[in-house]
Amino acid sequence: MLDFIPSLPIASWVDDAVKWVTNTFEFFFDPVKDQFGWLLDTTAEYLSMIPPIVIILLVAVLAFFMSGKKFGLAAFTIIGLLFIENQELWSELMYTFTLVFYSSLLAVVIGIPVGILMSKSNTAESIIRPILDFMQTMPAFVYLIPAVAFFGIGMVPGVFASFIFATPPVVRFTNLGIRQVSTELVEASDAFGATGQQKLFKVELPMAKPTIMAGVNQTIMLSLSMVVIASMIGASGLGRNVLSALQRAEAGAGFVAGFAIVILAIIIDRLTQNLNKPNQ
Amino acid sequence: MPVIEVDNLSKIFGKRSKEALSLLDEGLSKEEILKKTGCTVGVNRAKFQVEAGEVFVIMGLSGSGKSTLVRLLNRLINPTAGDVYVHDDNLSTMNKEQLRRVRREKMSMVFQKFGLFPFRTVLENTVFGMEVQGMDKEEREKKATDALELVGLGSFAHQYPSQLSGGMQQRVGLARALANDPEILLMDEAFSALDPLIRKDMQDELMDLQEKMQKTIIFITHDLDEALRIGDRIALMKDGSIVQIGTPEEILMNPANDYVEKFVEDVDRSKVLTAENIMMRPETVDFDKHGPRVALERMREQGLSSIYVIDRTRQLKGYVNADDVLEARNNQVTSLKEIIKDDMPTVEMETPVQEIFDIIHDAPVPVAVTEEGKLRGIIVRGTLIAALANVNGNGVEDNA
Repeated sequence: MLDFIPSLPIASWVDDAVKWVTNTFEFFFDPVKDQFGWLLDTTAEYLSMIPPIVIILLVAVLAFFMSGKKFGLAAFTIIGLLFIENQELWSELMYTFTLVFYSSLLAVVIGIPVGILMSKSNTAESIIRPILDFMQTMPAFVYLIPAVAFFGIGMVPGVFASFIFATPPVVRFTNLGIRQVSTELVEASDAFGATGQQKLFKVELPMAKPTIMAGVNQTIMLSLSMVVIASMIGASGLGRNVLSALQRAEAGAGFVAGFAIVILAIIIDRLTQNLNKPNQ
Repeated sequence: MPVIEVDNLSKIFGKRSKEALSLLDEGLSKEEILKKTGCTVGVNRAKFQVEAGEVFVIMGLSGSGKSTLVRLLNRLINPTAGDVYVHDDNLSTMNKEQLRRVRREKMSMVFQKFGLFPFRTVLENTVFGMEVQGMDKEEREKKATDALELVGLGSFAHQYPSQLSGGMQQRVGLARALANDPEILLMDEAFSALDPLIRKDMQDELMDLQEKMQKTIIFITHDLDEALRIGDRIALMKDGSIVQIGTPEEILMNPANDYVEKFVEDVDRSKVLTAENIMMRPETVDFDKHGPRVALERMREQGLSSIYVIDRTRQLKGYVNADDVLEARNNQVTSLKEIIKDDMPTVEMETPVQEIFDIIHDAPVPVAVTEEGKLRGIIVRGTLIAALANVNGNGVEDNA
């Protein structure tokens, strides 16, 4: 019916755009790929060199104190991590942890300032919000392709893909948390002559902290959920075991690696939730 | 020389505010402007002056624009038109930096719901204004401690606001506003969130403080009683406009128009006010625990000639006179039971004020307000007359 409009060549435009970006920003992508890739590999390697029992005990002690000196989480941590060690997935666990750690860190470091910007300006909010929707709903496989074009294969594009998928919650929660600070408190800080910066750091961020921490927790969980997809573009870790189990139809191996991811997720989730103790 | 001068100050909320402003000048009403432009008139060409040391009350019902008006005074809300002068400086034309200096040095604000930062201790809340000015820590904490002492919260410095009662929280709000010794205090319905008895205490305390400090206070309220109690002058607001400014006397005697008259009439409190509304906190002794010495000491402290006696469960037992107690003490009597009298007038919490008037007339002691035999408060002649006089001068004469 609409034959008189020729099919628009969007796909080839995007191809051209990706090519152009890859070539034009090579000077940026290449050093990032090399140096960030080196950082990721080195971190994971160093972590793998530490005897597992040391890490297990450290995490258990951390869990004990952070959960208010209760034994539940510490016990779960010890049993869970010993299980992973027992299944000979320890070094994969270290790689996965490294991937999650750096992508979450990147998401938080970039996401919180963007969330603050969004909360301060309605224009910024109306521009950023659809971008966040895009990042969260666009199927991950779609941006794996340009990720490989930019960063080659390995851990770096894995971090990039996780970052895209995992950043929106921390941005949204930061925005929400700051906008939810009661008018009276904002007025109080203005009425006493606080500058914008003082208001942000002395009133708004402390008030929004519980909400922002809920966002950080979500971000970490989402980046963890990306490890299998990241392994498709060469990121090492537990995801790769799941992927190869899938390819060889090995239900058992797949289950074990998947279970290890779940254990890691629960430990990280409970630990970060305990960071989020309510204010007085 | 007024401290604050407000000239033709208007605030119109909405996108077509300029257009609405010119309609306002043409004399259209708030409703007509809303219909024509979709804009809401918050404050309509307000004009008044506040002198140094004056308590200026802005009173009106909710939606009358009083909270908007007070926020225009420190530009928490930017005016659509008009000027606010603090001494000779026009706030309306100030840039951010100048405005900040005025907010830091000249005026501070007390909020209806206290506006305390829940993650900061009482002391940390109180230093806030000085902290943002960059005053050094030792100095600001000293000033904050002094301010907390002033409102009687010296020992609560390291508690969190949530650990305090409403009345105490608002004292922190007051201390925070006073800590930096500003010239002007803006109080936005500062006592409206408090229980009636505590509210009255706070009003008295504010008046005591004001006697010492002589600040210029702009006090917002919707409560006529409160306005009459604390205001040197009262501005009555309706639909964003100030309809009358005057002393409490003037407002009551010569209401400027029907609205004010209705307002004043509406509050014919003698019909609706009950003993509970006007009672004060009683001074008491407990005859299970206390003897003549304690009774005498309490009377001396409070300047009373008699004091009510209760038992451990607050059941009202009677009263004792200073003379009898003195005699008992000199005769080495240790219990109050022998000199207790029980011919005191008592009323229930729900007794209308009008009825109390007949009782109080020839009572030897203040009227006791009881609930199931327990002493809840007392009423003295002065407060009763004041409560009645607020609303109908004639009523007092009729009954007297």
